Amino acid sequence: MLTARFLRMIEGRGLVFLGIMALVALLVPLCNLYVPPGNPFHVSNGTVVLLGKYLCYAMFAVALDLVWGYCGILSLGHGAFFALGGYAMGMYLMRQIGTRGVYAHPVLPDFMVFLNYKELPLTWWGFQHFPYAMLMVVLVPGLLAFVFGWLAFRSRVTGVYLSIMTQALTYALWLSFFRNDMGFGGNNGLTDFKDILGFNVQAQGTRAGLFIVTCMALALTFIIARMIVASTYGKVLVAIRDGESRTRFLGYRVEHHKLLVWVVSAMMAGVAGALYVPQVGIINPSEFHPANSIEAVVWVALGGRGTLVGAALGAVVVNWLKTVFTTGWLAPYWLFALGGLFVLVTLAMPKGLIGVWEDVRARLANRKAIADAKASGARPSDAGSPDPQVPR
Amino acid sequence: MPFAPLLRFFMLCSLVVLSALALATTQAQAQAPAAMPAQGERLAAGLERFKADSFADTEAAIAAIAASGSAQGVAILSALADRRLFAGAAGVFYRDAAGQAFDALTGQPATIPADAAMVRLNNRLRNVVQAALGTMTLLSPDPAQRVRAAEAVFRSRDASALVTIEAALPSEQNPRVRRAFEEARAAILLSSADAPEALRIAAARRIAEAGDNDAISLLRQFSGQTTGGLNAVINQGILSIEQAQRIRAWGQTLWFGISLGSVLLLAAIGLAITFGVMGVINMAHGEMVMIGAYVTFVVQELFRNHAPHLLDWSLPLAIPLAFVTAGLVGIAIERGVIRFLYGRPLETLLATFGISLVLQQAIRTWFGPTNREVSAPSYMAGSFEFVGLQITYGRLWIVVFTLCVFAALLLVLKATPLGLQMRAVTQNRRMASAMGIRTRFVDAMTFGLGSGIAGVAGVALSQIDNVSPNLGQSYIIDSFMVVVFGGVGNLWGTLVAAFTLGVANKMLEPFAGAVLGKIIILVLLILFIQKRPRGLFALKGRAIEQ
Repeated sequence: MLTARFLRMIEGRGLVFLGIMALVALLVPLCNLYVPPGNPFHVSNGTVVLLGKYLCYAMFAVALDLVWGYCGILSLGHGAFFALGGYAMGMYLMRQIGTRGVYAHPVLPDFMVFLNYKELPLTWWGFQHFPYAMLMVVLVPGLLAFVFGWLAFRSRVTGVYLSIMTQALTYALWLSFFRNDMGFGGNNGLTDFKDILGFNVQAQGTRAGLFIVTCMALALTFIIARMIVASTYGKVLVAIRDGESRTRFLGYRVEHHKLLVWVVSAMMAGVAGALYVPQVGIINPSEFHPANSIEAVVWVALGGRGTLVGAALGAVVVNWLKTVFTTGWLAPYWLFALGGLFVLVTLAMPKGLIGVWEDVRARLANRKAIADAKASGARPSDAGSPDPQVPR
Repeated sequence: MPFAPLLRFFMLCSLVVLSALALATTQAQAQAPAAMPAQGERLAAGLERFKADSFADTEAAIAAIAASGSAQGVAILSALADRRLFAGAAGVFYRDAAGQAFDALTGQPATIPADAAMVRLNNRLRNVVQAALGTMTLLSPDPAQRVRAAEAVFRSRDASALVTIEAALPSEQNPRVRRAFEEARAAILLSSADAPEALRIAAARRIAEAGDNDAISLLRQFSGQTTGGLNAVINQGILSIEQAQRIRAWGQTLWFGISLGSVLLLAAIGLAITFGVMGVINMAHGEMVMIGAYVTFVVQELFRNHAPHLLDWSLPLAIPLAFVTAGLVGIAIERGVIRFLYGRPLETLLATFGISLVLQQAIRTWFGPTNREVSAPSYMAGSFEFVGLQITYGRLWIVVFTLCVFAALLLVLKATPLGLQMRAVTQNRRMASAMGIRTRFVDAMTFGLGSGIAGVAGVALSQIDNVSPNLGQSYIIDSFMVVVFGGVGNLWGTLVAAFTLGVANKMLEPFAGAVLGKIIILVLLILFIQKRPRGLFALKGRAIEQ
């Protein structure tokens, strides 16, 4: 009974997605650890890190799709939440270095010794404890989102204005984190991590473990997001997206609904950032750059806005393209490709890759139905996807 | 015919710039004649005493040469100070700093005879020489040198210069030199304890009037040491100078703020058209500014290679070219992409962001990723002083230029058929269409106008910022802030917003530093938008959603 409800909530597409995630989580570490290098099925360490990075981005994209695809809030500053989560994790990892830093200070990270800090700033207290750091990973982005969202949604800042405000938010944070006075490593950010929970972050086993955790976190994020959008609350969100004033006139507290999904999404982004940092080994202020947040929006748009699976797919596809482009002779053309992608997606495929796939499937099904009808002599039924229309 | 308004706009722009240019190049170069009689005999008598080689005679010689007013006097005395003066039976000779020998009496090149010995100095005499040199440059024919000498006397307060100054004052024509002389005289009088009280009070008043840093430090030096009326005048003078300095500091901040505000306005004004009037979120707006800056670079390079003597004209010429280039790119973007996305602001935002990436990369491919050098024309270099404020010509031109562009834009919108059509289409598209206005065409022209203005902004910004592919990115967020703060669809709001933000930013800078000041402004703006989601000057309307 419960399983049946769960399956209905996840939908066919989601099941495929979860299946792939399980397969990837199982096969990639196996092929990395137990298949010898030389073997065609061997997955190199670099590839594991790269795939782990993609999956963090996918998680981030799912969080973004939750607010943009289902609630119509186009955030151009979601990267701020991602980076804040990353910084929280980075601070934990910095505290784990201990006396192994260049200056071998037992408490202060290297950059603080370098900048003549006498004692640990208040903001860094407690970050040596993993549970506290993990709490901060969700709490800091969540709190910022709450304050920002509470102010913005209450005074009904919507649409483009909200987008520009979110962009200003991440821009302000970007400028702040560059300052050495902030006590977060300034321009260089946090790096040179040694271990996480006692395991060496560079070790193959730790990397495989982190990869599996990332897969699980992505799957969990997806399930939570699916649970939200499949619930009554999710229906109200879609109503807000399609007609905010009407929903308000129907008696819903629009700002409360928006605020909840906004904060949840920010927390998800924070977790994605926290998983990202130990895998890539660095977090610096460039993660706050407004362009990063806009780029994330195009992942969602390419995959298919308001589909969740599409967001994850888009993140992986765009970042895979980015890797392909930026590592070879194509490097100077990457921005052309990315820019072209922005234009192409908005003009030619407003429903993204998932939308294109649905269209193709619907057409095939229709053709088959016509063929069947011809064979049986009956009229064809109207086959096609009953997906809700994404508003323009 | 629809191009006529644009053409007129160009002409207006160029006219304004050209007339301003003409003004700048015809600055009068006033120079007061200062002819001093050369008295060869007194010089000869003075030189004769060097031969005695006693300190007392040397001192008398210095005094005589200083009093002679001869043209060689300065060279002789500075040679003496640097141990380059030689005296012998055949006459007195000196070497200049390069080692070339001259006859001191005639000033002609000569060889120094073997019996000539170096004229010796002791420490007391060295001071006498320095003071004499100061006095002599007070009589120099070059006004700038006279001013420098007077300033030196003001600082040293050398009483021996008083006679020279008082002698020179009545015949001095140049007002700047006169003022410097009067101040120097006042400084000497104030510091001489045996001068009459009335004279010293007048001197203190005169110094308080000068009102600069040297004056206040001089007054502070004497504020505790004198008594009675003089002390009161000195203290009052210190207070008034401090007050004046405070006002001047505020004025300077205000000017910097206006200057920054004009840059913000320049960057935002095109956006006020595309975003404010049309409602199109053009994330590629910054790249239009960048294109304008690169057009300036290309025009200047062409001039540099083919007509270097006309280099100063490259900037005025770049203005219309930047307008046309950026405008055409804008029209291409509107026709190619944006027209399919009207009414879908979020999609427009994404598509134009993509275009901005493509444009940036295109510029990077053609011109390279490094900064390009755009030099300032001669009329934009240098600075002048205005009621104690240092104002650079470059910044002043940008403020003037910004206001001209703003006025021209208002004119286009309010007084031309195209402007009328633009306003009609944005207010009620279907009604305008029914009245026979080609709305599609007006859309393209409006977008072209907004982009063209951004290109013109690029010409000015190339003077104060690095011309690099990232130029536009650094302005886009600020521009949106200005337009949103001022109230969308309101040009005057944009003007007020730009100057408010500029001045507020500069006011915060002394307390918070440049970056933190900017962050504070951003946070305040975010809070302000919560309070007034439609900006400072919101257009009133009854639509529930737009």
